[in-house]
Amino acid sequence: MIAVIDYKAGNLTSVVKALKHLGADGIVVTQDPAAVLRADKIVLPGVGHFQSTQLLADLGLTQATREAVAKGTPFLGICVGLQWLYEGSTEAPETAGLGHFGGQCERFPAVFEGAELKSPHVGWNSLENVREDSRLLAGVTLGSFVYYTHSWRAPVSADTAAATMYGGAFTAAVERGNVMGVQFHPEKSAETGLRVLQNFLAL
Amino acid sequence: MLTKRIIACLDVRGGRVVKGIQFVDIVDAGDPAELAHRHAAAGADEIVLLDITATHEGRGTLLDTVKRTAASLFVPFTVGGGIRSAEDAAAVFDAGADKVSINSSAIARPELIGEIGSSFGAQAVIVAIDARRGEHGVEDAEVYVSGGRKATGLRVVDWAREAEQRGAGEILLTSMDTDGMRNGFDCELTRLVSEAVQIPVIASGGAGSAAHFAEVFKAGKADAALAASIFHFGITDSRALKAEVAAAGVPMRLPC
Repeated sequence: MIAVIDYKAGNLTSVVKALKHLGADGIVVTQDPAAVLRADKIVLPGVGHFQSTQLLADLGLTQATREAVAKGTPFLGICVGLQWLYEGSTEAPETAGLGHFGGQCERFPAVFEGAELKSPHVGWNSLENVREDSRLLAGVTLGSFVYYTHSWRAPVSADTAAATMYGGAFTAAVERGNVMGVQFHPEKSAETGLRVLQNFLAL
Repeated sequence: MLTKRIIACLDVRGGRVVKGIQFVDIVDAGDPAELAHRHAAAGADEIVLLDITATHEGRGTLLDTVKRTAASLFVPFTVGGGIRSAEDAAAVFDAGADKVSINSSAIARPELIGEIGSSFGAQAVIVAIDARRGEHGVEDAEVYVSGGRKATGLRVVDWAREAEQRGAGEILLTSMDTDGMRNGFDCELTRLVSEAVQIPVIASGGAGSAAHFAEVFKAGKADAALAASIFHFGITDSRALKAEVAAAGVPMRLPC
């Protein structure tokens, strides 16, 4: 069973549609911590405000996720779902993230290297520094394009599986053991995105 | 590197894709789902479906068409036309859209921008602006609504700024002066709006060649450009178009 966590942060239709297209069965869209604990895989989508992740703590889903990933359940966070894996975000400083990865998510700078930087970062950007040992990005070649739409971003660290350049480098994908996240939208990133989701389903 | 986007637009009326010239003279161009998939496969970066008659005929958006088109489309998919409330938007998102485009309804009730954004995120709200130059040219370009039928008295730049402040994720700017003429985008107007806001601006109206796209990305400072008829009648496909635009020095998603 694949638990897709619904925490009222935007639209889950596209993610579920893409997973089904890839042949995934037993998809359960849920807010139930027990379902998260039982799941073979967990997906945390999200396109909204970091504040909306507060609901995860309020519903006991943070604790359930912590226990599930500790026993090895593969976890994939998408967009805000990736950001939640970090300690927090300046978008909602009072809301704690899972803290699985170190660092804070921050807004894109308004100016970068003397030029105005548009925000949100919207569109197709390329994956750089793709880590060869990444299971999530297996078969994804350096320079592949993926679709982004976001204003906050996670810092680059040793857990970064791929970076993207926009106002400097940020984490496009993060991976340590069974815990993974992508800032881009794999469900909207054509063949490259479907490959990433397929890799996750195959874990 | 962030690439400039080329967006294929399907104007839909009565479940069929149509193309008009300066908002009139409608001709049939095919089935929406079939065309959307053909465009995505050929490298279009996004698909936009506009139900062009929804507003003035008072119909709801064609949810079945949206559902059918979204079923196996894995690039961003925007739907516009007849979205008057957060509930209308929710139905369209449920049917598989990633973003909605609102136009007349946002002018009538600007709060709608924030209402949709608060439930679905700012990235899901595109404010579409139909603009026509005034007596003094680009500076007094005015916003039109109801498919270009009604002048609002609003200056384009003022409305674009307000839309941004109210939480729009992108601006879709259509020049009624250049639309359907295939003589190029209104680069001057696009640049004016692009420099006035922080959010991405999608240029629309007038695409006729790869050179026109390169021009609106460079001189017009557009983040994306939208075209319909250039694709529908086999003038060019996205892959060939993008290769040409890239050759002119604009970052494009290639291969796609």
